[in-house]
Amino acid sequence: MSELGVVQSFTVTFIVRRFNPETDAEPYWQDFDVEMFSTDRVLDGLHKIKWDVDGSLSFRRSCAHGICGSDAMRINGRNRLACKTLIKDLDISKPVYVEAIKGLPLEKDLIVDMEPFFAAYREVQPFLQTSAKPEKEHLQSVEQRERFDDTTKCILCAACTTSCPVFWTDGQYFGPAAIVAAHRFIFDSRDEEAQVRLDILNSKEGVWRCRTTFNCSEACPRGIEVTKAISEVKQAAIRGVRL
Amino acid sequence: MTTVHHHEYDVVIVGAGGAGMRAAIESAPNAKTAVISKLYPTRSHTGAAQGGMAAALANVEEDSWEWHTFDTVKGGDYLVDQDAAEILAREAIDAVLDLENMGLPFNRTPDGKIDQRRFGGHTRDHGKAPVRRACYAADRTGHMILQTLFQNCVKLGVEFYNEFYVLDLLLTDVKGTQTASGVVAYELSTGDIHVFNATSVVFATGGFGKMFKTTSNAHTLTGDGVGIAWRKGIPLEDMEFFQFHPTGLAGLGILLTEGARGEGAILRNASGERFMERYAPTIKDLAPRDIISRCMVQEVAEGRGAGPNKDYVLLDCTHLGAEVLETKLPDITEFARTYLGVDPVVEPVPVMPTAHYAMGGIPTNVNAEVLLDNTTVIPGLYAAGECACVSVHGSNRLGTNSLLDINVFGKRAGRNAAEYANKAKRPELPKAAEKFVVDLIDSARTADGTESVATIRKELQVEMDRNAQVFRTEESLGHAQKVIQDLRKRYTKIGIHDRGQRFNTDLLEAVELGFLLDLAEVVVVSARNRKESRGGHMRDDFPDRDDKGYMQHTMAYKKGEKIALDWKPVVITNYPPMERKY
Repeated sequence: MSELGVVQSFTVTFIVRRFNPETDAEPYWQDFDVEMFSTDRVLDGLHKIKWDVDGSLSFRRSCAHGICGSDAMRINGRNRLACKTLIKDLDISKPVYVEAIKGLPLEKDLIVDMEPFFAAYREVQPFLQTSAKPEKEHLQSVEQRERFDDTTKCILCAACTTSCPVFWTDGQYFGPAAIVAAHRFIFDSRDEEAQVRLDILNSKEGVWRCRTTFNCSEACPRGIEVTKAISEVKQAAIRGVRL
Repeated sequence: MTTVHHHEYDVVIVGAGGAGMRAAIESAPNAKTAVISKLYPTRSHTGAAQGGMAAALANVEEDSWEWHTFDTVKGGDYLVDQDAAEILAREAIDAVLDLENMGLPFNRTPDGKIDQRRFGGHTRDHGKAPVRRACYAADRTGHMILQTLFQNCVKLGVEFYNEFYVLDLLLTDVKGTQTASGVVAYELSTGDIHVFNATSVVFATGGFGKMFKTTSNAHTLTGDGVGIAWRKGIPLEDMEFFQFHPTGLAGLGILLTEGARGEGAILRNASGERFMERYAPTIKDLAPRDIISRCMVQEVAEGRGAGPNKDYVLLDCTHLGAEVLETKLPDITEFARTYLGVDPVVEPVPVMPTAHYAMGGIPTNVNAEVLLDNTTVIPGLYAAGECACVSVHGSNRLGTNSLLDINVFGKRAGRNAAEYANKAKRPELPKAAEKFVVDLIDSARTADGTESVATIRKELQVEMDRNAQVFRTEESLGHAQKVIQDLRKRYTKIGIHDRGQRFNTDLLEAVELGFLLDLAEVVVVSARNRKESRGGHMRDDFPDRDDKGYMQHTMAYKKGEKIALDWKPVVITNYPPMERKY
């Protein structure tokens, strides 16, 4: 919108945690001053640094509107998507601190190794399992469909899992995102293997590690009530599933 | 010294969006299959699709696949290959049921079936009224398709090579016939090169919307697969036809689904007038995208735009009520709130057209086999999804037909690639198979020129928005071509900051820009040559459709540094071209 063009730009200081595995022994913080508009996103700021100042700054991004899950990072100490964090929602009288999400191996700058995260996801059998062979679609009532609606929104960005203090100290813990994926199928009326997933999550590194700190719910860029989903899985592990 | 790794597969699929993963689900159980993507699969842009997937299930009202075929042909302004459109519409029903059976959580009717909503250009009985044909999961249908396909790939144990950037297609001369023999990829995390020797290669690499400034497309949609095909001498079909989706968030281009209008939202100009009533009296706001985008631009050009600069129109959802918005359109409601600070529940949302979808691409037949000219198949090479041109979309794709396309033709590509791989002998690799990519990467990594990749890309995007967007003329396109040629020269003098091997995204962006520049020139040259207006290609200087001169597909060929143009006949079966009115 061109009315945005008349809005004053101002200088925002980004302090970015840098790490190049080919040259640096340890990560370090680097300052960048960037001209921004209030409607810009943190991702725009990172792009301005990369495109105008230092092309070696490395981060993942793709869709740039909060649906692909590439650009989860720690912004001022909170896990956010850079493309969904607007400058106007930050206190820019202070610098904006940006660093990689915690608890996964750091690869370079804001990029971490996502493989352990996806490995936990794969372990909970995140796919429909049913012996039914309907001629057309499985029938499912509006209420049954609604039962697991919230957890279908997950984009696997890892913001929840890497905000969890339990995950930081114990990388073996499945973590919130994997439990969300399990929840999505445990409470799907079409699925027949809820108990298999509950058994997996009833293990030592399963749902009982959750300390209900709610970091995950606060971190979720999709607004999923992650802690509630974990609690429902805990309940189901004790009492069985009620669809 | 670059490290080179070698792999052997029956089937290699390039791209892990909807088409690629749908192909993998067919191929992996029957042939040794690898899926290679420059992203993690769940980052693919299929996940950004919102509104729905068309299929004449007739779950909520009478419908037939034949009506769907007609709508697709008419929606594409008769440049659709009608045999392909019939396959699309006929196989749509199984494609939707396949996804539901795989676990996709579609919205449901009160009796538990898949619910369906209205969408632009989809009509009952050959244009009589809008029909409920789009199967949907809230306004995140693409997200649910991408997740469901990924989940089923996990179930099948499909082998993924994530963050591997394919940069070359290998073709081997087998008894005088150019035959697919593999691909070469650059591993982003290490900088290593990987040569994949394969019997079948499937390209499912998506579109190239990033040649435009205002676009719904992801940063990563840079036309890599289409660009590779072009460099290898494969022609590109109908590249002048690019879809501008009517409802991008003004100034940002972020997509707001047509499903909003399917649910009853209305486009209004500054005075609050429902202007589509003037242009498409029968189906109004549910006219196809090309028509609506043109009308919006015309409203603004004639001074009826809204806002302080009168440079956008308004999408009015306020009468839908909070419940419909929160339950059926939650994501776009949030996008408007987050990015424009506008709450669709109480105020209309500023919108303007946004570059959305390439109708053209790598020519294929209905078996997803890639064509070397109008008829000759390249054995072992397949393409599906947005990178391909079957052509089921003709000059303008109907909404919900792309999620359908990736499923129908992704499935066909995967099945046919596996079948072929199981009967054909794997060709030997061409000599020095990795050399092109090694040289490309080395020269990019050491590039120390004075030109900036970001600046060239920005100038390309601004030029394409200004001169090759919704309205085009000989003058505007000529200007664009000249600018692109100049940018291509400057591109040879770029400099790269990052000299490293690991996650060198600086280098990645430079290579991506090369593809965008190549393809932008093909788009503009093809558009200059089509002196008529049809579907997504609107020429101010030739405002009418000209069936005598141009009722045929454009075929662009790379001849050295020149672009040669030819034609390919349109397949017409049941629907003779008629005037397109709604």
